[in-house]
Amino acid sequence: MSDAEDDLILAELSDEELVPQMHDDLYDGLKEEIEEGVNLLLERGWQPYDILTEALVAGMTVVGRDFRDGILFVPEVLLAANAMKAGMAILKPLLAETGAPTVGRMVIGTVKGDIHDIGKNLVSMMMEGAGFEVIDIGINNPVEKYLEALETEKPDILGMSALLTTTMPYMKTVIDTMVQQGIRDDYIVLVGGAPLNEEFGQAIGADAYCRDAAVAVETAKTMMSRKHNSLVAG
Amino acid sequence: MDAPLPDDDALTLEGRAADRTGRVLLIACGALAREILDLRDANGWDHLDLVCLPAILHNTPESIPDAVEAAVERHRDRYDSLHVVYADCGTGGRLAARCAALGVEMVAGPHCYSFFEGNAAFAARDEMTAFYLTDFLARQFDAFVWRPLGLDRHPELREAYFGHYETLVYLAQTDDPDLTETARACADRLGLAFERRFTGYGDLAPTLARWAANQ
Repeated sequence: MSDAEDDLILAELSDEELVPQMHDDLYDGLKEEIEEGVNLLLERGWQPYDILTEALVAGMTVVGRDFRDGILFVPEVLLAANAMKAGMAILKPLLAETGAPTVGRMVIGTVKGDIHDIGKNLVSMMMEGAGFEVIDIGINNPVEKYLEALETEKPDILGMSALLTTTMPYMKTVIDTMVQQGIRDDYIVLVGGAPLNEEFGQAIGADAYCRDAAVAVETAKTMMSRKHNSLVAG
Repeated sequence: MDAPLPDDDALTLEGRAADRTGRVLLIACGALAREILDLRDANGWDHLDLVCLPAILHNTPESIPDAVEAAVERHRDRYDSLHVVYADCGTGGRLAARCAALGVEMVAGPHCYSFFEGNAAFAARDEMTAFYLTDFLARQFDAFVWRPLGLDRHPELREAYFGHYETLVYLAQTDDPDLTETARACADRLGLAFERRFTGYGDLAPTLARWAANQ
């Protein structure tokens, strides 16, 4: 890092300079700088929702795109995510207070036998950033845990994640159980994880396979708007 | 005269060229080269030739099916039969589908951890919180785990990757006290408990024996 960058004082930047600088800081995974930037914008009278979308989500979208294009790798994405998470921790209570719009609700969890949650956590964070309320039920979830969460949380979307070839078939167990109980069509079911693909998603009866967090957000938004339209039409 | 076994770094990044001597070609992951050649030499399977793809494909399993197909097409004309010494290896069934389309057989099981221990025994353990190393991966821990995960630059990410793991299980193909200590040090670096489990070559041995006999 150059001396000039070392000496950069965020408080001295105008809003027009600060927001792109926060995108850069997010890209570089600079957690403290993101916290400082969020607090500065709040002090300057920005609405929490605007900070979330313009400074954080927009910055993280660049990170996601560069990850997909092979420019960034998992460690860099994790650092960026940690920085964004720190910024969101400041904004979250304020978003609740200010009545920011909620696009929909999602229950998300890693399937039984699988303890991997990096991808799931990224999806959760990006979905929250996009205005979804996310109920994360963690790792190693048996079908009963998913059904319980659907019953109590009444989400629009169920998200399932798996990293292992040996655990991904469990997604079908969950969907088949939902079919048996006559509740499958009550929810949008999205699946993701490294060994999955489009064909697998179709074969197990999911509504969509999402190859990364950005695709998950776009797919969820599209399906929510389709659901909304069909309800209006119906 | 067979070419010497490449060193681990070469097996990781480049693989191993075929000797172009036998009638049966094994197309394998570079991480298995030493074990396959040991079995071949011990059993006198002189008609088996070996080509290895770079072992580092382990970290990008989505690229394995295309790499295997390219190797099959490149070598098919020269050999009476070809076999693929990969298990599913994180390809989500895509390698099995590709091998079926190419008309070549592959090793049964989800990955080498499983077939080294024996697929039935491995499945019966149902170990969700174990992180595995083989002999090769213990020797190449930095190239396969530490550096690709960015832990050399950002050790604070260790919890994000390994927070839900409990034990590093070293599946040992050989009795090598030095390598056991290397594997134990890997466990320490990841903050995990350590267990050594001797497997030998597991299901790999009978699989290669069958291919060697059937040609």
